[in-house]
Amino acid sequence: MTRIWSWIALTFGLIYFALPLIGTVEFSLRMRRGEYSFDAYRKVLADPRFQETFSYSVVMALATIVFGVLLVVPTAYWVRLKLPRLRPYVEFLTLMPLVIPPIVIVFGYLRLYNTSSWLPLTGTTMGTNLLLMFGYATLSLPYMYRAVDTGLRSIDVGTLTEAAQSLGAGWVTILARVILPNVLVAVLSGAFLTFAIVIGEFVLAALLNRPAFGPYLQLMGANRAYEPAALAVIAFAITWACMGLIQLVSRFTRHGRTA
Amino acid sequence: MTQSPPTAPPGQALGSALRWLGIVPFVLFATLFLLLPTMKIVLGAFEAPDGGFTLAHVMQLFDGPIPDYYLISIKISLASSAMGCLIGFAMAAAITLGGLPRGIRAPLLTFSGVASNFAGVPLAFAFLATLGRLGLVTVLLRDWFGINIYAPPISFNLLSFSGLTLTYMFFQIPLMILIITPALDGLKREWREAAEILGASGLQYWRMVALPILTPALLGTFALLFANAFGAVATAYALTGSSLSIVPIVLFAQIRGDVLQDPHLGYALAFGMIVVTGIANGLYVWLRARSERWMK
Repeated sequence: MTRIWSWIALTFGLIYFALPLIGTVEFSLRMRRGEYSFDAYRKVLADPRFQETFSYSVVMALATIVFGVLLVVPTAYWVRLKLPRLRPYVEFLTLMPLVIPPIVIVFGYLRLYNTSSWLPLTGTTMGTNLLLMFGYATLSLPYMYRAVDTGLRSIDVGTLTEAAQSLGAGWVTILARVILPNVLVAVLSGAFLTFAIVIGEFVLAALLNRPAFGPYLQLMGANRAYEPAALAVIAFAITWACMGLIQLVSRFTRHGRTA
Repeated sequence: MTQSPPTAPPGQALGSALRWLGIVPFVLFATLFLLLPTMKIVLGAFEAPDGGFTLAHVMQLFDGPIPDYYLISIKISLASSAMGCLIGFAMAAAITLGGLPRGIRAPLLTFSGVASNFAGVPLAFAFLATLGRLGLVTVLLRDWFGINIYAPPISFNLLSFSGLTLTYMFFQIPLMILIITPALDGLKREWREAAEILGASGLQYWRMVALPILTPALLGTFALLFANAFGAVATAYALTGSSLSIVPIVLFAQIRGDVLQDPHLGYALAFGMIVVTGIANGLYVWLRARSERWMK
């Protein structure tokens, strides 16, 4: 009896999830009248705007990941080692981006860092890029911090630090050669998640007026019929690849530890 | 503190100062790019043009069409989180307690991780390609069954309350599955056995034992899903343009300058959003703390 209900619930859910995916794939192949073809994909991939915006977002994602790792790993490590009483407060701060909608945060940026303010980041292209990267780092903070903090929980931070120090290592050496390799899996899963978030992000890039992939997607959606479906399939594949890599990395280490 | 600090190179007195120095970069970052921007919005909502304090902007939220924007936003968020909770719970229960083959669980959880992150503009495209006027499901229903979902009596419209709710469910359900599966795993087998020994039926066990234990977790997740839907801009914007007036879209148009009104209205709209998601998440934190007492 329970099993029948379970199958019903599962089937219902799977149909709901499968239909949009099938529909999108089918629609993306419909560009040529009367037969299925990859024309929409060919069009999209050959579009110079696609290449530009996509590479811009990839670079932004990579920059965000590097910055996020440099910010989060030392902080999480330090809080665990030296300031454990601060942990709840730091954790609360890192979860705030889940509470405050991104559109509100970027609205604040525009008001705080406009050309007539004390820190006119939006005055230059580089400054705006920097601001966008800080924004992305803020959006991914909850995921990055949680991933790294969970990774740190599974190792003995105090002992590792003392061992490294008694061998004469400085703080940079400890972080780069002792702590980071030990939490690499956690860092990588945070990194892939960050990549998935940044690559298609729309609101921040649109309001800061940067040529990112998300605004390009929106523009295509407003003007074209079949290309958006092809783009949606590509975006889904990217998300899937990021999640697959997280799984792969964590499975890889689990095997490594038992061996 | 019991943990003795390892011999810090620069000496004892400096070591204590260094301890606080370690989180300065993070505090600086959080202040500049999280706290100050938020405070700017909150203060701006109460700031008069001459710099004094005023409630005029916030009072605008209760004026004209603005309450309707909030109402439709809250309705869509409530509906999509309710459906997300319901279906997500059913699916999570199916893979944890439902006696399904064990091989289903891991792929479904992986897929949930993917789908909960598949939001924004591409999600809108996917639903347009499926349930839009030329979408796969629309066409198949018309050709095979002669049902036109865009004509009365259904009069479905993707660019509406029901359409947006249906679309949001695509990331709400997986999020529910991801959060509630550990809670369902935490239901101890002894509780079920104890209930059965005392003569409870399956339904009674759920109604009187399992659901009361899960209620805080369920309500808490509901609050998180609500905030998740309430703040979403990209999906709705790509689906409807500016035609459906939900709060995030109106705010987006305000910031873009499409609607030239009082600039302080933007502050007030954003402040209203913080209040709504703040309440939802405050509820989440509180209920979460309550539910974790049972999960030990």
